[in-house]
Amino acid sequence: MATLSLHGVRKSFNNTAVLHGIDLEVADGELVVIVGASGCGKSTLLRIVAGLETPSDGQVVINGRDVTGLEPADRDIAMVFQNYALYPHMSVFGNMAYGLKIRGLPRAEIDRRVRDAAGILGIEPLLDRKPKQLSGGQRQRVAMGRAIVREPALFLFDEPLSNLDAKLRVQMRAEIRRLQRRLGVTSLFVTHDQVEAMTLGDRLVVMNAGRPAQVAPPMEIFARPADTYVAGFIGSPSMNFIPAALDQGNASARLADGTLVPFPEGHRPGSAGQPITLGVRPEHLLPGEGEGEGAIPLAVELIEPLGSETVVHGRAPGGLAITARLPGTFSGSVLPVRLPGAHLHVFDAETGRRLDP
Amino acid sequence: MDGSLATPAPVRDDALLRATRRRRLASRLLAHAALLLGVAIVAFPIWMTLVGSTHDAGTIGRGDVPLLPGSHAAENYATAWNEGGGRTRTTPASVMLWNSLLMAVLIAVGKITISILSAYAVVFFRFPGRMIAFWAIFITLMLPVEVRIIPTFQVIVDLNLGNSWTGLVVPLIASATATLLFRQFFLTIPDEFVEAAKMDGAGPLRFLRDVVLPLSLTNIAALFVILFIYGWNQYLWPLLIINDRSMETIVVGLSKMIGRGDSQNDWNTIMATAVLALLPPVLVVALMQRWFVRGLTETEK
Amino acid sequence: MQKKVFFRGRLLPLVLLAPQLAVTVVFFFWPAGQAILQSTMREDAFGFSREFVGLENFREVLEDPAWVNAALNSFVFSALVAGLALGLALFLAVQADKSLRGATVYRSLLIWPYAVAPAVAAVLWLFLFQPQVGLIGRGLNAIGIAWDYRLNGGQAMTLIVIAAAWKQLAYNFIFFLAGLQSIPASVLEAAAIDGARPTRRFWTVIFPLLSPTTFFLLVVNLTYAFFETFGIIHALTGGGPAKATETLIYKVYVDGVENLNLGQSSAQSVILMIIVIALTAIQFRAVEKKVHY
Repeated sequence: MATLSLHGVRKSFNNTAVLHGIDLEVADGELVVIVGASGCGKSTLLRIVAGLETPSDGQVVINGRDVTGLEPADRDIAMVFQNYALYPHMSVFGNMAYGLKIRGLPRAEIDRRVRDAAGILGIEPLLDRKPKQLSGGQRQRVAMGRAIVREPALFLFDEPLSNLDAKLRVQMRAEIRRLQRRLGVTSLFVTHDQVEAMTLGDRLVVMNAGRPAQVAPPMEIFARPADTYVAGFIGSPSMNFIPAALDQGNASARLADGTLVPFPEGHRPGSAGQPITLGVRPEHLLPGEGEGEGAIPLAVELIEPLGSETVVHGRAPGGLAITARLPGTFSGSVLPVRLPGAHLHVFDAETGRRLDP
Repeated sequence: MDGSLATPAPVRDDALLRATRRRRLASRLLAHAALLLGVAIVAFPIWMTLVGSTHDAGTIGRGDVPLLPGSHAAENYATAWNEGGGRTRTTPASVMLWNSLLMAVLIAVGKITISILSAYAVVFFRFPGRMIAFWAIFITLMLPVEVRIIPTFQVIVDLNLGNSWTGLVVPLIASATATLLFRQFFLTIPDEFVEAAKMDGAGPLRFLRDVVLPLSLTNIAALFVILFIYGWNQYLWPLLIINDRSMETIVVGLSKMIGRGDSQNDWNTIMATAVLALLPPVLVVALMQRWFVRGLTETEK
Repeated sequence: MQKKVFFRGRLLPLVLLAPQLAVTVVFFFWPAGQAILQSTMREDAFGFSREFVGLENFREVLEDPAWVNAALNSFVFSALVAGLALGLALFLAVQADKSLRGATVYRSLLIWPYAVAPAVAAVLWLFLFQPQVGLIGRGLNAIGIAWDYRLNGGQAMTLIVIAAAWKQLAYNFIFFLAGLQSIPASVLEAAAIDGARPTRRFWTVIFPLLSPTTFFLLVVNLTYAFFETFGIIHALTGGGPAKATETLIYKVYVDGVENLNLGQSSAQSVILMIIVIALTAIQFRAVEKKVHY
């Protein structure tokens, strides 16, 4: 039973602001993923929660207790590090037991907890081994085990999967998710990998330059990105952005060549003729036949066949790069595409904010 | 399948091949010959010392040192061990060996201990004066004991530490080299270990004991070999500091036995003492060669 | 290079540093300061009064023919020891490097003189070169060479050079072998395919790649010959005959301990410190170069 609240957390290094006032509420048992490009401040945020960095301003509250000034050891948290940080001279058992020994738990209790955790993770046969005798996935499990035995209020994960190969990463991702559900421990998970974020999180915090650009469940972020940064960051290949302007009483977008694209969902707020950015995911572009009304003829530059579908990179007549994702296969030098009405994302061209009807 | 279609047999330049083989063989033979000669040069003085320690004083004094060991080994070593040698009755080798051992171990352990502590402070803490402390230690690299020997001796006299183990050992245990080595090694310990320790609730001393020291064991072993030899081989400092015969170290004692190198010396006892003096450090190097080579090449980086 | 993660606390690190700093201050800075101070003072014969004389002691030292003689001896001695010990060690290391398996065996057989104290090395060689007792000393006399290092300065110098180089050989060999073995095989293979024969390969590829090691060893050998060979000289020749083997460090000892001329001895110490500092500075430049290599 634990909650985490961050109130106005700021951090500056040598007068350079890294975090600009973060507010976040994590509910009991929830897994929140902080995702963003490198340098966005996500790791700093996690380390502030852990107590490894001191915030310049703001509060960290765990379970209603203000822990801002406390040592990591006094925060009732556990952390899984990117490189696992397993002590190389201690056995797996020793690594998992170390924190408990320092806390002075009775030997029998330590033994019970380590064996329980090892059982959950399926690493009982490895307890006597040294870290260097383990594979990457096994080390990952031990690092998890070290966190689990502490029975903490809060789990912190600092890009724990980034040192694994692609296949193992997918497997461990599912395992972490299952484990977190089973133990019901409130967790904060940092990653730069959007797929990891989407598949793991109950909610995501998409960070951009020290600010949370959007905090929402994964599908909401995918379906209704709050701004062009989030829209471009989540989804692969990235969303296409097309410059346009509001027209017809804000009921349509006028593209550079004069084509009008109506908004079936209704009027957008804004002044007449205001510049906007249209966002279209590659899979939502409609492949057209011939040169019909509103079709954009893409000059094909690169075709990436993925088996069941094909990604086509091309250029619109104005020189704008557009990516389309088509079912099946494709060949040819020109691909006419049409903008769909239903899956259009409309952003203010100046602020990048989403414009909803 | 058809033999007639097979490619023609490759042309072989037998002369060139033979020449190449000959050259390679010659090069290897030369290498081994040179190395064996080198080993012989290195070993010869020691061999003659061993031989010298097994003959009676008369044989050597006449200048008839044979190339092979004689039959007086037991009595020579017994004399050296129990009484000391030479016309100027010196300290028994047993006492001097013990003194040397004590000095070498104290110096090595002392140097390692204070170097680990100071390197740990400099690497794992941020505190005011850190860089000053670091440079103060670092600069001592430039002042080997031989250079500052007279003023340091005066300090010992002022502190009334002459003829004492403290005066003999303590001035030699400050070590910039060892501190730099440990600093270098500590810097390679990942930050995450410190963070994990903080998570585990381990304080700095606990982290030092449970994580840093176990990880440093190989470095400590390597350094111990080097420093043990350094300590054992000290000469000028003990020569100045120690007047008390009962505290004489074997290296200094041995050179005192020789005097001016007269032919009437008890060469047999002197050679037995020389063997005893070089045996412990040579054994340490031979038995711990792996650590030794590593320690050497790493301390000097 | 620095860590990004630290423990908190101000007192504990100072406590940890205290022993090292105490030894350093009491036995390094204090004596060094004393030496500098004394080098500008002159005491009367009974130690009753002292007066400030500025650089007078330095002038006297530098003009003293005995000091110039010692400086010259140091120079000759160091150059000979370094040249002999480096050249021989490099030759042996190259030979040992030819066969990988043999290399470690030969290393084991060659490295142990490192463990022998300089003064003990002196005794070993003395036993060979003693004119009446030593195998080689007698042999030389037998074939008509008047060998007595106690009378002939050149012979005395030869003997201490042999003993000092013999001891240093092992050290140089270890470093040269390590240096040779760290040259990437691909570089040598490329040179071989380019058609460079072994000798040419050595001078055009291996030796240049080894030059950081060589330079480093050169400085170490000079430092060794200058300062650490006191035991050899003290045990073998006592600086004689007629000061033919008196080096700078030996003269500091003689003037300070035997002649009790503190002002001049201190001035000599200060000059030596300057030499060491110069050597160390050169060494650090070399190490830096090695890092960037």
